[in-house]
Amino acid sequence: MSIPKPESWVEVRPEGLYVRPGRFHVDPTRPVEKAVITHGHADHARAGHKAVLATPGTLAIMAARYGVEEGQARQALAYGEPVNIGEVELRLHPAGHVLGSAQVSLTYRGSRIVISGDYKRRRDPTCPAFEPVPCDVFVTEATFALPVFRHPPDSEEIGKLLHSLALFPERAHVVGVYALGKAQRVICLLREAGYDAPIFIHGALQGLCELYEAQGVALGPLLPALAREKEEFRGRLVLAPPSAIADRWSRRLPEPVTAVASGWMRVRQRAKQRGVELPLVISDHADWDELCQTLADVGAPEVWVTHGREEALVHHARSQGIRARALALVGFEEEGQ
Amino acid sequence: MKPFAALLDALIFMPSRNGKLRLMTEYFATTPDPDRGYALAALTGDLSFRTAKPALLRQLVADRVDPELFALSYDFVGDLAETAALIWPQRPTNRDWPHLAEVVEGLNGAGRTEVPTLLAGWLDSLDATGRWALLKLITGGLRVGVSARLAKTAVAAIGGQDVAEVEEVWHGLTLPYEPLFAWVEGREDRPNVAAGAGFRPLMLANPLEERDADSLDIALYRAEWKWDGIRVQMAAKGGERRIYSRTGDDISGAFPDLLEAMAFDAVVDGELLVLRESEVAPFNDLQQRLNRKSVTAKMLRDYPAHVRLYDLLFEEGEDLRPLSFDARRLRLEQWHARTSPLRTDLSPLIPVTDMDALRQMRSGARDQSIEGLMLKRADSPYLAGRPKGPWFKWKRDPLTLDVVLMYAQRGHGKRSSFYSDYTFGVWREEAAGGSALVPVGKAYSGFTDEELLRIDKWVRAHTTNRFGPVREVEPGLVFEVAFDSAHPSPRHKSGYALRFPRIHRIRWDKPIEEADGIEAVRGLLAV
Repeated sequence: MSIPKPESWVEVRPEGLYVRPGRFHVDPTRPVEKAVITHGHADHARAGHKAVLATPGTLAIMAARYGVEEGQARQALAYGEPVNIGEVELRLHPAGHVLGSAQVSLTYRGSRIVISGDYKRRRDPTCPAFEPVPCDVFVTEATFALPVFRHPPDSEEIGKLLHSLALFPERAHVVGVYALGKAQRVICLLREAGYDAPIFIHGALQGLCELYEAQGVALGPLLPALAREKEEFRGRLVLAPPSAIADRWSRRLPEPVTAVASGWMRVRQRAKQRGVELPLVISDHADWDELCQTLADVGAPEVWVTHGREEALVHHARSQGIRARALALVGFEEEGQ
Repeated sequence: MKPFAALLDALIFMPSRNGKLRLMTEYFATTPDPDRGYALAALTGDLSFRTAKPALLRQLVADRVDPELFALSYDFVGDLAETAALIWPQRPTNRDWPHLAEVVEGLNGAGRTEVPTLLAGWLDSLDATGRWALLKLITGGLRVGVSARLAKTAVAAIGGQDVAEVEEVWHGLTLPYEPLFAWVEGREDRPNVAAGAGFRPLMLANPLEERDADSLDIALYRAEWKWDGIRVQMAAKGGERRIYSRTGDDISGAFPDLLEAMAFDAVVDGELLVLRESEVAPFNDLQQRLNRKSVTAKMLRDYPAHVRLYDLLFEEGEDLRPLSFDARRLRLEQWHARTSPLRTDLSPLIPVTDMDALRQMRSGARDQSIEGLMLKRADSPYLAGRPKGPWFKWKRDPLTLDVVLMYAQRGHGKRSSFYSDYTFGVWREEAAGGSALVPVGKAYSGFTDEELLRIDKWVRAHTTNRFGPVREVEPGLVFEVAFDSAHPSPRHKSGYALRFPRIHRIRWDKPIEEADGIEAVRGLLAV
């Protein structure tokens, strides 16, 4: 039996990637019969599917976000465990993106496609590290796929924040972070750097922080940033979703220093346009070097590039002798856009 | 380089003017000569390198980076220096960061062929912030939100001086300004720059708000037309002749015709215009003469320069600035009658009776060479800067049109990655029937950051076509644009061009069918 061509069994549909012999979608953007979900970010994990397969962590995040959906069949699959769906053997492997994040490895009649979802390669105290899985086709994100994106070491960025806190002890420091993943990672990094004071968190972060704690990620003392006297925030760290910082919400803070933790902060003019005073280049996505390294590590002869700056990564892959093309997937958001 | 790079990096993210001032003052007070002098020149725009231009930088990067990846990166980042700084693939080196003086003097002393090696060596030794600062420095235009005047204000602040004091001596100084720092630090006397045709800081007017107009005691003021040219200062002393822009830039090189006419010993203040047979030509004609290092005989003939004078600051070494406006005006008239320099005339005083009469004159002035009125207090001395009260500019109301957004282009610098430049059009009836939009202009100001975000979002959601950084959008958004005047223009498809268009209001509510037609533009043409 000859090995099937990859595009003959995994195809791009308007609602997302569809695995024909298993009759399921991966990260579909519209409700479907059966969805395999890589991780809990809203543009990958949507509500309304009839059946969902994901890691226990991701299922917990989805339940926290959407509630337990009536009549939905949920299947938890641990990292590395095989499961057969139709003729397809499926395994989940750590992607190092956020808690519960996974790459989806699919094997069908001797052909293997790995759909990596979002990933990064550097250490993250809140989730296990990315594991390269050898495959015939590697499906990769391209959020930061330009050689201008080289994320500096996290410790340097956290150092900048702590330095500013020491320099302006009379000002609150508000850090814009995504509620899922970035918030908990930044808290862990601060704890690792020896910052053990209570950290104030915006209400939107509360539930997910509790979920992380319940999943075994220790975050140290956290306090809700609700209904407090302005004075209490002086010299303190406050974490909030980026949207809240520019909003009326932040009026409760005394002369806040506005920081944002995001890979986009690498580009000065972008940080400036968003009114950021203290840009922190901390990302949950692979930077350019990590993307290139990953293509080399998985050694796939063919690469499909999804959301982000596909053009540059496709160009790079081809220059390395890898067949590469951009998948026109719709509905994925760019972090921080 | 390290303190300088840190300064630029801090400046770009510092939103407040006072914060910027504090950062610069701290830098100038703690950085030794000559580095701080070079930094000052960089901030005031007085530093330029003939050998290190953007083209060279591109070449340097092209030698190390895949050109396609560079092009994609540049398109995304929108700023050449920042792109190159971020993308630069460092080679290991054991060299330390260079000092700012080493960079400036090194570049000035280097031959054209030596510059690339020199630059590459520095780029390898710096980190991404250092590279960005270096590249900003050599490609000009730091864009850190600091004007030359603010930088000088920071220097003045070291010794608690006023910025006008620094501006007064500025043109007698040369890089790296050691006597200036010695003076503000109280170690030496004020640099002696009394002799020569140096720039004297201008007196500037505040806009007259409509609500203040009625409370103004008009009997205390004199009125002049506000001419639609550019403000210049002509200074001639002992054979030296100079023409300065309002910011003190020496623009003499572009105006040999005016220099020739400056056979006097005086400093005068006036409006630079192009004048043909006593008629003021459109501003567009004047633009042909601006921003040029030299000028051809044909340009001199086609666009003859003229200065319409309204103040006399010095006459034969005598400083008239402490005198009242009336006294200076009298001296100006006498001086002009006596010396009658070619290519000059006096801006006439307009008889002032009452505010209503002035208001009528202001709105009645449809002559394209007049922007409105100037009101100057009769008893006021000539004060450097923009003092509140003695001088007002009272512009006539702008013209407006309702137009439809057709194309949006990504901005550069602060607005990289935002669709912030808008080409808009008006309706024109087609020969085949029906009507279509034809572009009449482009605007990139007049909206807030929040509005920009909203328009940017709208553009992304309504794109019908892309051409590089430009997106064509489906007609659906109406802008009310304000502009100073409309002119026939063969360069625009519509046949008309608008002068200084800006977004006045965003009409989210207005259906595109109700936007203006081409005949509305025609009706607003300057007379």
